[in-house]
Amino acid sequence: MLSSGYVVLLLAFGILPMAYALYLSFTKRGQFVGLDNYVRVIGDFRFFPAVQHVAIFLAIWVVALVALVVPLALIVHGARTRWLSSTARFLYYIPGAFAGAAGVMLWLFLLDPSVSPVAFVLKWFGYTTFVQTLGLDNLPVIFTVIAFWTGAGGWIIIMYGALNTISDEIMEAARMDGAGAIKTARYIQIPMIRKWIAYMAVIAVAAGTQLFAEPKILGQASRNQIPIHYSLNQLAYVTAFGPQADFNGSAAISILLLVVAGGLAAVLVFRGGLFDRD
Amino acid sequence: MTATRPSVVRSDFAPGRWLGRVTAFLIAGFFAVFFVIPLVWLLLAPSKDIPQLNGFHGELPLSFGSFEQLSKNWNELVAFQDGRIWTWLENSVFYAGAALVLTLIVSIPAGYALAKTNFRFRRAILISTLMVMLIPNTALVLPIFLEISAVHLVGTPWAVIFPFAFFPFGVYLAYLYFSTSVSRTLLDAARIDGASEFMVFWRIALPLSMPVVALVGFFNFVSNWNNYFLPFVMFPGSKTMPIQVGLVELIANVQQFNPTTVATITISLPQLALATVISVIPVLIVFLFSQRFLVAGLTAGATKE
Repeated sequence: MLSSGYVVLLLAFGILPMAYALYLSFTKRGQFVGLDNYVRVIGDFRFFPAVQHVAIFLAIWVVALVALVVPLALIVHGARTRWLSSTARFLYYIPGAFAGAAGVMLWLFLLDPSVSPVAFVLKWFGYTTFVQTLGLDNLPVIFTVIAFWTGAGGWIIIMYGALNTISDEIMEAARMDGAGAIKTARYIQIPMIRKWIAYMAVIAVAAGTQLFAEPKILGQASRNQIPIHYSLNQLAYVTAFGPQADFNGSAAISILLLVVAGGLAAVLVFRGGLFDRD
Repeated sequence: MTATRPSVVRSDFAPGRWLGRVTAFLIAGFFAVFFVIPLVWLLLAPSKDIPQLNGFHGELPLSFGSFEQLSKNWNELVAFQDGRIWTWLENSVFYAGAALVLTLIVSIPAGYALAKTNFRFRRAILISTLMVMLIPNTALVLPIFLEISAVHLVGTPWAVIFPFAFFPFGVYLAYLYFSTSVSRTLLDAARIDGASEFMVFWRIALPLSMPVVALVGFFNFVSNWNNYFLPFVMFPGSKTMPIQVGLVELIANVQQFNPTTVATITISLPQLALATVISVIPVLIVFLFSQRFLVAGLTAGATKE
């Protein structure tokens, strides 16, 4: 069968890990222990701070993403000069090559007032050292800037593609009625791509809950200015790999994160209306 | 993507509209600077020594140092632990490349089967594919680690190659492609001639699917190469790490970030910047030369109704 290779991988690295983590989360040394592992990790003094850190980051990140990507896509889409529009899209997208550790590494430099090309901005806020810049209260904004820098370009291209699906007749009719760019955007373009905006917001929430590399790498570079259990994924990691070596507790945190991510994915698949071609 | 917009000649000069256009231009320009300046700075940083990078003598952040300094930084970086950076690059090429081949072998036929054939559990497979595709891959890292650890494969190349090769987004792209761009009549004609399902795929569908093969290959390679979390948990030993994980390990050897451990310091900030550039070069090259592809891929869902 043509799909059998893929089905094996789907089972082995999609379904089975989830099932195994679920099993681990309800057991201890092979014995069923009910919700013990969940009670233990949720009761951990590091759990709620991690939830709080992730929640604050999510709020800032999703609002910033939607509030900036949509207008930028509209502007780029509305540009009369073809090459200007395609160049802008290209420039916005290139940082996507740095998704992952390399992007965070680059931001190590940018956030360090002694070498940063935007040191004047940091000094304007009163930060003269790297450690000062990484103040705990600044982190959600810093992670937002990094995530936006690497990820926004891809979304701008997707929104641009969605805007292209609006028929020329509709756009022309709006123009005939004397609607300017802002009115057209508000009453025609944004309502017509709202599915895609919602899709972006949901994916951004799902990805944001998984926060790991940014706090991990910035923390490593600032002598643990950022706690090693700052985000939920970091806490799950430390629970498994730290002195506790508690795989069951780690599995419980992973399952909690998976429930959130899976729930959001289900909303998109069954309610989003973007994938029902079948 | 290439729909032509009707050009409307406007004779009336409206100051409000003109102001709007200038504002839009300024916003777009500001963000272009925001996205590009960090890149330019990073490409220039490896050509400087430490005082130049700090601008002690009034050097501007976006200035070029010298080629001598660039080659000096290069030599010192390569000398770090006897060319450890080459080992990391080789590892990355091996893991990302092997996974890429596997991905193409399994996901193109799977996308075809989901789009053009009927079989048991087809809908269940399609829905699970969509679900897992939309779950961020970091969410599965620890569960996959726990599983791999249970079968004692942690630290082996398979611990990342197999999970990388499981690429539901690629299956979805192939599925979209086959269901929209390959006509059923053509396939049915071959089926009537008695060709087996595999032969129909191999002889007819596959030769037509090169655009989507390239597309899936692009996205898979980039995501394999840039993946940090999964290899980070799978490879505790420095020799087996891919470059993305190794890059972060370099931090421990930079004085700027570890003022207390002077004795072991071997990497300077310009060298770290160079390592960062090197770590993304393959992806950057792929990005520069396949812009049209990736735009087509990103908008695959958005442009089809």
